Amino acid sequence: MAILIDQHTKVLIQGFTGRIGTFHGKEMIDYGTTVVGGVTPGKGGSIHLDRPVFNTVKGAVEETGADASIIFVPPPFAADSIMEAADAGIKYCVCITDGIPAQDMIRVKRFMRRYRAENRMILTGPNCAGTISPGKAMMGIMPGSIYRPGRVGIVGRSGTLGYEAASQMNALGIGVSTSVGIGGDPINGFSFKDVLALFEEDPETDAVMMIGEIGGPQEADAAQFVRDHMTKPVIAYVAGLSAPKGRRMGHAGAIISAFGESAQEKVEILKEAGVTVAPNPSSLGQTVLETLTTCGIAA
Amino acid sequence: MDIHEYQAKELLNHFGIPIPRGGLAYSPEQATYRAREIGGERWVVKAQIHSGARGKAGGIRVCKNDQEIWSAADDLLGRKLVTHRTGPRGKTVYRLYIEEATVFDRELYIGLVLDRKSERVMIVSSMVGGMEIEDITESEPDSLIRTSVDPAVGLGEFQAREIAFGLGLESSQIGQMTQILLGCYRAFSEMDATMVEINPLVVGRDGHLVALDAKMSFDENALFRLPKIAELRDKSQEDARETYAADRGLSYVGLDGRIGCIINGAGLAMATMDMIKQEGGEPANFLDIGGGASPERVVKAFKAVLADSTVDALLVNIFAGINRCDWVAEGVVLAVRELNIAVPLVVRLAGTNEAEGRKILSQSGLPIIVADTLADAAQKVVHAWRTASTDAAA
Repeated sequence: MAILIDQHTKVLIQGFTGRIGTFHGKEMIDYGTTVVGGVTPGKGGSIHLDRPVFNTVKGAVEETGADASIIFVPPPFAADSIMEAADAGIKYCVCITDGIPAQDMIRVKRFMRRYRAENRMILTGPNCAGTISPGKAMMGIMPGSIYRPGRVGIVGRSGTLGYEAASQMNALGIGVSTSVGIGGDPINGFSFKDVLALFEEDPETDAVMMIGEIGGPQEADAAQFVRDHMTKPVIAYVAGLSAPKGRRMGHAGAIISAFGESAQEKVEILKEAGVTVAPNPSSLGQTVLETLTTCGIAA
Repeated sequence: MDIHEYQAKELLNHFGIPIPRGGLAYSPEQATYRAREIGGERWVVKAQIHSGARGKAGGIRVCKNDQEIWSAADDLLGRKLVTHRTGPRGKTVYRLYIEEATVFDRELYIGLVLDRKSERVMIVSSMVGGMEIEDITESEPDSLIRTSVDPAVGLGEFQAREIAFGLGLESSQIGQMTQILLGCYRAFSEMDATMVEINPLVVGRDGHLVALDAKMSFDENALFRLPKIAELRDKSQEDARETYAADRGLSYVGLDGRIGCIINGAGLAMATMDMIKQEGGEPANFLDIGGGASPERVVKAFKAVLADSTVDALLVNIFAGINRCDWVAEGVVLAVRELNIAVPLVVRLAGTNEAEGRKILSQSGLPIIVADTLADAAQKVVHAWRTASTDAAA
């Protein structure tokens, strides 16, 4: 399979009957994702989009055998929903919600440490566009049509900039194995490094496009991982070369507050680790193509 | 969200952090009256603006009598203070805090921050207080003590004691320091702070520890459950354009260039700014219209950008996932008609309902420059801006 999800992944939708859960639930089903049901506390026993609704994630997992879940729950309740999924035995969770308090996410991360590593749920997000394995399954809010099935992995913080990368690649005939959004929050689930490790192990991925931005230590950690552990080529871009220090650029986590957090510094660190860095955001596809050609990999 | 020094002190005082006696003043008369209420022989008149480094900018005045307090207050109120934190536009002083002057022997530093690497609250302390943390890190890195707090159990008393001893305090002060640190951590976690800083925390001549200055920032994502904190917001300290945009659900940051940007998604917005810069232009702003933007919200975005009279050209760049290009296009057409936009406008639409969006633009008959790709959009808007600014010069 690609990484994280494919056509066999049984997906639950938390916040299923709400406006946003309904809209994107439909899109995901139309794309071919195996959506087995949803959770809305108090609406258990009803049917929504031809699928059963449950009061609890535990109940839903028992009935449907779901192994993944996507969260569209509003920010005040979203952290609790993530912990509910982890506790119910969900293996992979995507949290779309934007605006979760940082201290709630600190508690979520601490909570997840109570599970042994091999049983611990993988979380991507919050504040992300989701994950798609083109032609197989989509757990997210992205326009599925711009992703061509193929062998290049994408991992990025920003949703729309990820679309930009996928469509530039699509225009050049380059397909995607899986695209993973890790989100724009300061405290998040899987980091760049964690997703790179999955792509490195994935037999259906030949190279990885990584889209970072200003703020936080995760691009630098990823650079170290690439240098020490990656055999597959990694192409990167870091957004925010023109962002001033100390100003929050939209994403809660996109702020330069410490040494090494500016785009320039991250680009340097990535280059030193052997990552090919795209010179600007309109040459993402072209840089991937050139790297594949240099490495003798077919697009 | 930032708050004023006097607000931070009041909040921290509820958690047991000792502060000097003080009071707020909005006029020179009030300032002198406050000083008399407080009593003593020397007072400090402190400009309340959302910025550190106020001392260097002349915002902190030590006074010995009514006359000095009156003239310090008269001079500071309404003045724009420019510090290296405020940017060149500076921040206006509307409130003063009058405090008894404290005589002290030592200055210490305590800061609590969210550490992204460990994903925990980190306490940073130093026995070299009074300077900014960046300068301490630069010049006295060995003086820094870093303590990571386990969110499940909170700050351990032993950890607080370790810090207190590490700062070289005397045995009579260890208990005081421990209580201050535990109080700061409780304040941080109970009020969803993103930063608590006491700098300096001083050891008074009488041996008591007192917070001479305090700063707090709060997580805007948590304000829904902090109504009392949300009330402390002071819009006079914010960039008016950013406040206008934020109140309308738009994420906006004002910059120094003259090319206005309207984009969806923070990452694409930053990337578009980078692209403009690469083509030789300078963005006037960062603006993310967010997801599911209605035509009305697009019009509001135009208003936010055009509120800055220095915009010579505009770029709309949308890659629609949960947005719809047709709605954005309707918004663009509406904005051009309603707002009489006179500067060149470049629009690039991609993603959901792209064809419908483009059709709306072309059928409008308006002089909108349509771009196909990100590169095309950046080149066209920088070219339009160059032409416009050359025309203006001629």
